Amino acid sequence: MSSAGIATGNISGVDTNAMSNAILRSDRFRIEREAEWERLDKIITYIEKGRRSKISDDDALALPTLYRKTVSALSIARESSLDDGLVTYLESLTLRAYYQVYGTRTSFGRWLSDFIGGGWSRAIRAIQLEIWIMLAIMVAGAVVGYVLVDQDSDWFFSLVPGGMSGGRVPGADPEILRETLGGVEKGSNDGLSVFAASLFSNNAGVGILAFALGFAFGIPTILLEIYNFTLLGAMIWVFVDADLGVEFIGWLSIHGTTELLAIVLAGAAGLHIGRRMAFPGQKTHMAALQEAGTAGALVMVGVIIMLIMAAVLEGFGRQLITGTVARYAIGYGLLLFWIVYFVFAGRGQDVAQNKGMNNGE
Amino acid sequence: MANSAARTGRRSGEYAAKLHRLMVTPEGVGLNVYIGNAGARAGAVVLDIIFIGLIIIAYFIMLAIMFSTFSINETGSFGSFLIVVSIIFIFMLRNAYFLFFELGSKSATWGKRILGLRVASRDGGRLTKEAVIARNLVREIELFLPISYLITTSVQGVLSNYAVFAGLIWICVFLFFPLFNKDRLRCGDLIAGTWVVHAEKAKMTNIVASADSMASQLSSDYRFTDEELDIYGEYELKTLEKVLREESGDAERAVYEAICRKLGWVPGGGDERAFLENYYTQLRARLEGDMRFGKRRADKFDRQT
Repeated sequence: MSSAGIATGNISGVDTNAMSNAILRSDRFRIEREAEWERLDKIITYIEKGRRSKISDDDALALPTLYRKTVSALSIARESSLDDGLVTYLESLTLRAYYQVYGTRTSFGRWLSDFIGGGWSRAIRAIQLEIWIMLAIMVAGAVVGYVLVDQDSDWFFSLVPGGMSGGRVPGADPEILRETLGGVEKGSNDGLSVFAASLFSNNAGVGILAFALGFAFGIPTILLEIYNFTLLGAMIWVFVDADLGVEFIGWLSIHGTTELLAIVLAGAAGLHIGRRMAFPGQKTHMAALQEAGTAGALVMVGVIIMLIMAAVLEGFGRQLITGTVARYAIGYGLLLFWIVYFVFAGRGQDVAQNKGMNNGE
Repeated sequence: MANSAARTGRRSGEYAAKLHRLMVTPEGVGLNVYIGNAGARAGAVVLDIIFIGLIIIAYFIMLAIMFSTFSINETGSFGSFLIVVSIIFIFMLRNAYFLFFELGSKSATWGKRILGLRVASRDGGRLTKEAVIARNLVREIELFLPISYLITTSVQGVLSNYAVFAGLIWICVFLFFPLFNKDRLRCGDLIAGTWVVHAEKAKMTNIVASADSMASQLSSDYRFTDEELDIYGEYELKTLEKVLREESGDAERAVYEAICRKLGWVPGGGDERAFLENYYTQLRARLEGDMRFGKRRADKFDRQT
């Protein structure tokens, strides 16, 4: 069998001249389908380059069919053609098409509205246990910091880095302390935006660190959070000692309820990863870790949003709103808002979501 | 050119086989997926760091030019606005550079694109936004924390030897983590359920030895008997295909002489291409004919038929 038979008859859309070019049966197979593969290749290339608008309606409609035909052609080619160039091309084309056809993502706007409309709250409700643990750590850390400095004020200097205190040290003149709680003099408001931006960058760094460290069974996350809240406790002592406790809490609350909640959530998301890694339950370690990681990522997107808000409040709100009552009202009003939002948003979809997930697995 | 070399290089050898995975599509067809090797991964990250560095340098040069040409006061309202923009820009570059490109339809940063890599979901399903976000958040402790740690310790020189040592262990754990698992996962991949695979684009190739080119040869009347074709298998056919595609006279000459020796013919001259194209077509016809009956011959040592 030195040459395979050449087909007679005209196959629509295929150049008969090209067909007579085929000596082997597998080449005929290829010539018949080449145009479809090239069409698919062109569509996929547009998608990959992010130029979806260039794809015509006909092409967009044909994409699933073209993909399935190419997958089928690949399996035929593997079993009937020894043209290595062709098989390699089809392997690459099918894989590229596979990622685009099955990787169809929702648009960013759609994803964001799902996220705000319930996805975020659901992710937070899923890590409830860790949030309670982190809240306990927060309270414990603050109490430890307070008690330590209360017993020996030298502790303050070993806990708080020099640059951070900014004159707020034990035994400082209450007048100086009061000044640090006030607004800034008028006319220098431009400095505030710089302050807010650097605060955000700084806090977001701490939040991301707390989350990422959860990877080591959550232990570094706990240490990091304890340290941060011990600092807070030590600072509270300084002001309580100077009879400025109520004012200090107000100064802290306006942005702190949002900021501290965000840091707690970041830590809880990290701890969740650590817990699922240690105790995966019914799932494999890898599956449990993956589930915790992707849920944690949702929480973290929320954390970043909260930290941006906190930075704006800290940079502008805190400096411009100097009344203690107003500060309390804004701070705790926001806290109430977050609690209501996290507890109730997207609740009706919980059941549907669980069903969907079970079906998916 | 580099792509095809990488591809064929990857296909051969035991090392490549270790990184080969079969991903079964919902249509039931297994697709060959090759995990990006450690060298390519490291190269991609180094390229990305260089790109980020270049963008930062370009940004500050632009800023410096703006400050000097318009004589902007740093404490003025526009000056502080620029400082705010800068702080946010650096934060975004550090965190959003990877996110932005991996969320795009190529699922790869510039560094990964250059090395023909992309991020994919490990179970073959959809690559979700959450997964990309998760794998990049962990980058903070894998990449940026060590970098800033090394910079601060070398600039300040304040840490004790013990702290430097502990820091180095920390860096090494994350740096070499991908080498200690078979899927070359870094910690971020682990929690996101992703992996990094090769995704090179192969070009459509011509038919080797088409009827056109055969007809244009003066003496295309080589006929080989079944016994003469039986000396080779699929591996040799693929090698011959590669030689014919390259169209290099020297290689063709060498292969021509090797085949002639094997056949017991006396090599002539000037007609190598026609000989090889004929031999290729007839060998392929024979092997493909057997293939349809389920008989395959991997290479010349495969004697089970």
